[in-house]
Amino acid sequence: MSAAIRDLSVGIDVGGTNTDAVVLDADGTVIAWTKQTTTPDVTGGIRAALAAVLGDLGSARDRVSRVMLGTTHATNAIVRRRGLGRVAVIRLGAPASTEFPSLAGWPADLRDTVLAGALLAGGGHLVDGYPLSPLDTDGIRRFLDSLEGSYDAVAVCGIFSPSFPDQELEVAALIGDHVGVDVPVSLSHEIGALGLLERENATVLNAALYGIARDVTHALLTVVTEEQLDAATFFAQNDGTLMAVEYAARYPVLTIGSGPANSIRGAAFLSGADNAIIIDVGGTTSDLGVLVDRFPRESTLPREIGGVRTNFRMPDILSVGLGGGTIIDTTTGAPGFDSVGYRLAEEALLFGGKTPTLTDAAAMVTPDMIPGHTLPTLDRATRSALGNALAVAHDRIEAAVERMSLGRVGLPLIVVGGGGFLVPDRVLGASEVLHPARGNVANAVGAAIALAGGRADQLCDYADRTSAIEAAGRAAIERAIQAGADPRLVEIVDVLETPISYSSRATLKVSVKAAGPLALIGNPASFVSHTPKDAS
Amino acid sequence: MSSTPTPVPPPVRLITRDDVAALAAGAAVFGTGGGGSVHAVQLSVEVAIEANGPVRVVGVDELGPDDAVIIMSAMGAPAVGIEMLGASSQAHTLLREVERLIGRPITTVMAAEIGGSNGVAPVGWAATLGLAVLDADGMGRAFPEATMISMNVAGLPSEFAVMSDVVGNVTVLRTIDIAWLERHARAFTVAAGGIALGAHYLLTHETAPGAVIEGTVSRAVHVGRRLLSASEPVAEISEELGAAVLLGGKVIDIDRNTAGGFTRGSVTIDGTGDDRGRMLRVEIQNENLVVIEDGAVIVSAPDLVTILDSETGEAISTEMLRFGQRVSVIAWACDPLWRTPRGIELAGPRAFGYDFDYVPFDGVAETSSPEHDAPGSAAIETPEVAR
Repeated sequence: MSAAIRDLSVGIDVGGTNTDAVVLDADGTVIAWTKQTTTPDVTGGIRAALAAVLGDLGSARDRVSRVMLGTTHATNAIVRRRGLGRVAVIRLGAPASTEFPSLAGWPADLRDTVLAGALLAGGGHLVDGYPLSPLDTDGIRRFLDSLEGSYDAVAVCGIFSPSFPDQELEVAALIGDHVGVDVPVSLSHEIGALGLLERENATVLNAALYGIARDVTHALLTVVTEEQLDAATFFAQNDGTLMAVEYAARYPVLTIGSGPANSIRGAAFLSGADNAIIIDVGGTTSDLGVLVDRFPRESTLPREIGGVRTNFRMPDILSVGLGGGTIIDTTTGAPGFDSVGYRLAEEALLFGGKTPTLTDAAAMVTPDMIPGHTLPTLDRATRSALGNALAVAHDRIEAAVERMSLGRVGLPLIVVGGGGFLVPDRVLGASEVLHPARGNVANAVGAAIALAGGRADQLCDYADRTSAIEAAGRAAIERAIQAGADPRLVEIVDVLETPISYSSRATLKVSVKAAGPLALIGNPASFVSHTPKDAS
Repeated sequence: MSSTPTPVPPPVRLITRDDVAALAAGAAVFGTGGGGSVHAVQLSVEVAIEANGPVRVVGVDELGPDDAVIIMSAMGAPAVGIEMLGASSQAHTLLREVERLIGRPITTVMAAEIGGSNGVAPVGWAATLGLAVLDADGMGRAFPEATMISMNVAGLPSEFAVMSDVVGNVTVLRTIDIAWLERHARAFTVAAGGIALGAHYLLTHETAPGAVIEGTVSRAVHVGRRLLSASEPVAEISEELGAAVLLGGKVIDIDRNTAGGFTRGSVTIDGTGDDRGRMLRVEIQNENLVVIEDGAVIVSAPDLVTILDSETGEAISTEMLRFGQRVSVIAWACDPLWRTPRGIELAGPRAFGYDFDYVPFDGVAETSSPEHDAPGSAAIETPEVAR
């Protein structure tokens, strides 16, 4: 360990198209950034991005103490059905739930790719902890034997296991004894909340992603080792918090929503806001999210990933079909649903192409918008269509902002992404519109500043509410520490309470989240409280 | 602007796997905000039909002397229902016990309520059991209480009820009336872990006519088909139902709390487009019960009120209402059975604790006209947001 001040953080975002990297100093200033092309093996893109920013740092590279990576790699693997492992699925709770076979709601091609076999075994609990049926250990052994090793991982999901997790742990030990500890096992109580099908789906996806997770974690560790960086490595997860690389390797499914989460937190950080509405304007869509006390607001609705319903903790995102590449219908003067996408630089009028886009509409109003490019002379009808389309786009953005605000007025609107020029300078319902510097790499900044967090749920009688919240809080803190948080600084950041209708006793579900800055680093508070110096 | 009756499509006489989505979407519309989520149950019914084949639908007038109809429904806490899912054997256990009690085979299953998940699930149980479903139900919508059922309006007693749980326990209940049945059934449900399956009200070709709400399975499928295929779903659903669109707007306030086993509260919707400047409040007790505009009641239970997503036409259940949603409020007349004195006593505004009399909703959409200000105008306080 060198004696130098080690106060720099590297954030890397591996997207489908680009791999971005940034370096932040202890004050939160972006002191280096780059945009590289994502490579099929992932490693190449990470290597190029890390080399570029470390090159900019020069001798200051020794000050880098940690590297955080956010990625849509797992999401893409599920959506494209590529690189997924085969999973043996064990549900505990027979004879309950026979009406809903495992993976019944999945798209058939994804199910065929992933499912090695499914067993509904005796086990599980009632809501009050009473056993549903005796645990069928012999049945589980026979099931595993019958698959003759044709699986890469095992997923275990017990009825009411989030409230009573011991049985899943017992089954994990049984599997380890029977087929060896090399076979990875996903346990549902470690992955999702109540809601059997969604939690089971998430657990199976997690098990199917172990191979992918190995690739990405390996890529990050390889590149960091190649660069001889003495730095701790982390992955960003769905809710804008980080996890240690070993944890990411065990829970790869938790990285699935990290892209939007990083963009929200990165945008907030670059602008210095704790509470704000964020709009990330890309080429095809604009994604809006809300920052509440430094955290992305989570969605309360089930989320689908590649056609599979899950109940992950995901940021509440509203996607609107508006981006810089959105094609304008010149007959109606309305923005269409289609986009020229990555071909913007060839097809838009501004770049000498033939397709009128929202970029052209914005350039008509602001002629110097993109230096070195001017619009060709346009006929009156086209000018009118472009003007109209921009007005419609502004209206839709305003409606989306209002919808995300939940009636709270006076929140700033923070604009990031390549198509940020589509957002007008004044938006009804927003106190101000901010375009922070480095908004083009907001995702990588979000990865660099993420906290370590954990969440835990508990069902209880209403009378036991206080002790249930305390118990869930302890479990959440333990999970946050497991994910890398500094035990001295971790705190409870959110408590959700859900009353249960129709129960004769007043029953409550409490859900508690804890988060804190990463351990290992001095003065970590500066990573959340400082406004970056180069923000506009 | 009252809705003109449209030609009635032929009744649905077979439900295939591909019809389940339409049935579920339609049942959600008849759920009037309650009745439980149809999403999970749609999956189980599709699985049951895939395994056992399509389900026959029988009209009340098609019942013969050998037919015996039993009502089947699930009871319990939705939050438990998403975790401890049903067992296929539950329906078999229930049926065996019913047949042992009555000494003859059951031929047909009927839904207690067409609204929400209990309107969809009986089709899956019928598929599993190899039975038909009756093109009828006991509510024509969803209601929170077991007493609010058409057989009770018609004065038909339920001589027994059978309940089964996921592990195979079964119980027979003979209670002095249906109010006591609800109490004992809830006790069984708690012991069963929060969810149970029940069968009650044995019906025949002699007792069913006049004691059930006819044609509701077909209606739900028709509404669902229009919803899923329409380009302007709100207008088409309303036409199919003979409903009036009360208001198109956005949700600006949701006041919701759960107490005594019920979700109570209200949602306020601010008019947009042609309805700009108007505001509606919908009072909720599990279901959407009362619509108020300018302090006046314009629709109340037992007439039906559903809040639709303005874009997709999908019914939004009370727990899924969110600030800023673009919604349309539609209302339509209940079955005439509910408008009898006994029907209003069981499911009119006073049955839900409201201090005003029921005024039938006639499907006229021009709700702001002065003559509609009369009923209940003194009884309901104007919501603060409306001032």
